[in-house]
Amino acid sequence: MRLHEYQAKRIFSKHGIRVPKGEIAETPEKTREIAQKLGGRVVLKAQVLVGGRGKAGGIKKAESPDEAEKIASQLLGSMIKGHKVEKVLVEEALDIKKEYYVGYIIDKNRRTPAIIFSKIGGMDIEEVAAKHPEEIHRIYFDPLWGLQDYQVRTALFKAGFSKEEYSEMFRIIKTLYEIAFKYEAELAEINPLVITSNGFVAADARLNVDDNALYRHPELESLRDATEVDDLEREARLKGLNYVRLSGEIGIIANGAGLAMTTMDLINIMGGKPANFLDTGGGLADPTKMKMCLEHVIKDENVKVVFINIFAEITRCEKVAEGIILALEETNRKIPLVIKLVGTNEELGKKMLREYAERSNAEIHFVDSVEEGARKAVELSKEV
Amino acid sequence: MAILVDENTRVIVQGITGFQGNFQTKRMLDYGTKVVGGVSPGKGGSTVHGVPVFNTVEEVVDATDANTSIIYVPAKFAYDAILEALDAGLDLVVSVTEGIPLYDEMKIQKKLREVNSKLLGPNCPGVISPGKSKVGLLPDRSFTPGNIGIVSRSGTLTYQIAENLTKAGIGQSTVVGIGGDALPGLTFVDILQMFEEDDETKAVVLVGEIGGTAEEEAAKFLKKMSKPVIAFIAGKTAPPGKRMGHAGAIIEGNTGTAESKINALKDAGAIIAETLLDIVNKVKKMI
Repeated sequence: MRLHEYQAKRIFSKHGIRVPKGEIAETPEKTREIAQKLGGRVVLKAQVLVGGRGKAGGIKKAESPDEAEKIASQLLGSMIKGHKVEKVLVEEALDIKKEYYVGYIIDKNRRTPAIIFSKIGGMDIEEVAAKHPEEIHRIYFDPLWGLQDYQVRTALFKAGFSKEEYSEMFRIIKTLYEIAFKYEAELAEINPLVITSNGFVAADARLNVDDNALYRHPELESLRDATEVDDLEREARLKGLNYVRLSGEIGIIANGAGLAMTTMDLINIMGGKPANFLDTGGGLADPTKMKMCLEHVIKDENVKVVFINIFAEITRCEKVAEGIILALEETNRKIPLVIKLVGTNEELGKKMLREYAERSNAEIHFVDSVEEGARKAVELSKEV
Repeated sequence: MAILVDENTRVIVQGITGFQGNFQTKRMLDYGTKVVGGVSPGKGGSTVHGVPVFNTVEEVVDATDANTSIIYVPAKFAYDAILEALDAGLDLVVSVTEGIPLYDEMKIQKKLREVNSKLLGPNCPGVISPGKSKVGLLPDRSFTPGNIGIVSRSGTLTYQIAENLTKAGIGQSTVVGIGGDALPGLTFVDILQMFEEDDETKAVVLVGEIGGTAEEEAAKFLKKMSKPVIAFIAGKTAPPGKRMGHAGAIIEGNTGTAESKINALKDAGAIIAETLLDIVNKVKKMI
């Protein structure tokens, strides 16, 4: 789960990392009010979970409460890289002397946690790494021992931090590490870490936590709602479905992430546009699971055709068929289905679906390969 | 020959009295896998499908000649069960469980450096050497003995690919699912190395997906490999920032894109298949 900047900042601030004074606004009027309180000169930051937000116009400066209100009215409700802006973070404008970078990641190749810092901040860290590799400092440490003081000390001395900056950097690195381990973060980042005349301030904050560990951190679960912009995605999560909404018109249901991704790819390759990615996961032995999946996919009004691609390893195909029929019986929408069904009692499952199609006038096309199914679905999506 | 498992593999099932463990034990026995024991704390002394159940891994290893374990326990308890298996000195531990927390996996990685055991998974379908042994939940019908090795990050997609090959009359030496998590035990590189040394394997199909850098690492090893490798990458058209089911399958920043993986594999001499049927065609040309 990726937290919004304002959520991450609240957590960082609670643990003693200084963040700019600011508040969250959902209306231009509220923005004005906050700007007034902060003394007029403010920065408005759209709370959307996309990279390159600044370049896309999501961060704006205002010199007065009037201007802040005006910018907020443009920003709120606008789209940034496909994400709707529902909240802006209104913060005091900082007097920036220097910008640094501090981050915590799990290095998947080395299979160990790492602190990364640099005296070049504010830029894409990958860009800094490519252009100035000597400016990137890394501390790899043992996940069981944890980050030791001497490791931070060694790295900071090597990087040549001045006496004045050393203790503050040391404290921030250790705090970031503590936050990351406390919440089981995949990534914790301050970019830029701004040096002002009053000390170090985290001008931006990122915190991505491991979904699989959320059960150990119930306090984070309540933050989740604000991180989901799409209603169908939110609903899917509550139902326990692995669903990602896309912008096209071909619904996809497959069992297994790899199979679902491949189905999506083949539809794209053949010139169609997927409406979603849905991996049913296991549990198809219970027909209500398939019913729920199909019902959910056709809730998206853009969907014109659904490709159901099931490799029912051990699940019996008649259960899958039963689920599909249950969903079709309850919907008013007339949506053609393309079905690839493989597994135990495959013929029985297909027979049930064929009979249902005849009696209820439903449109079902059976296919033998994923390629054929993708082609058929694309064809149908262009007809209707 | 084959890799990882064969007719001499002697398996224990951790979590054998659970629904999945019980069911999969039956299926492995039906396939001919030598299941020599099971573990279920508090249920020692009973049997499941004729297989004796013990309270701990230590006990079952003492009492039998097991060398491999497959673990069917829920995500919250998987960490402890994996460590128990690794500490018992088994050669191979297979972890099927999906949804194990990353920090648990990070600690398991540390353990793996201290022991000689290998871990396949977590979040993987297991491994099958067709006609010899199956340790996992792969569907028998998709596989037939032969000379193609398959290594993959997926489950059902792997079955589909194997089934296409089987239908085309092309059998497999061993099919390995390394799992979809960000921190797997055995990696593409480990498995490629085993296939390279395996007499029975003539060519390898590598099934990767977006996210992480496992395919790029595999590409580095490919340069040293003499056997042909046909590669397929799932998620070529996935949008950045959206996690596609597997914990590892997400494009973040500049890393994890299909393009980077395909380029790296191509540069290293792999044959890239664009579609599933294309895999069959390209394998046919290789043999």
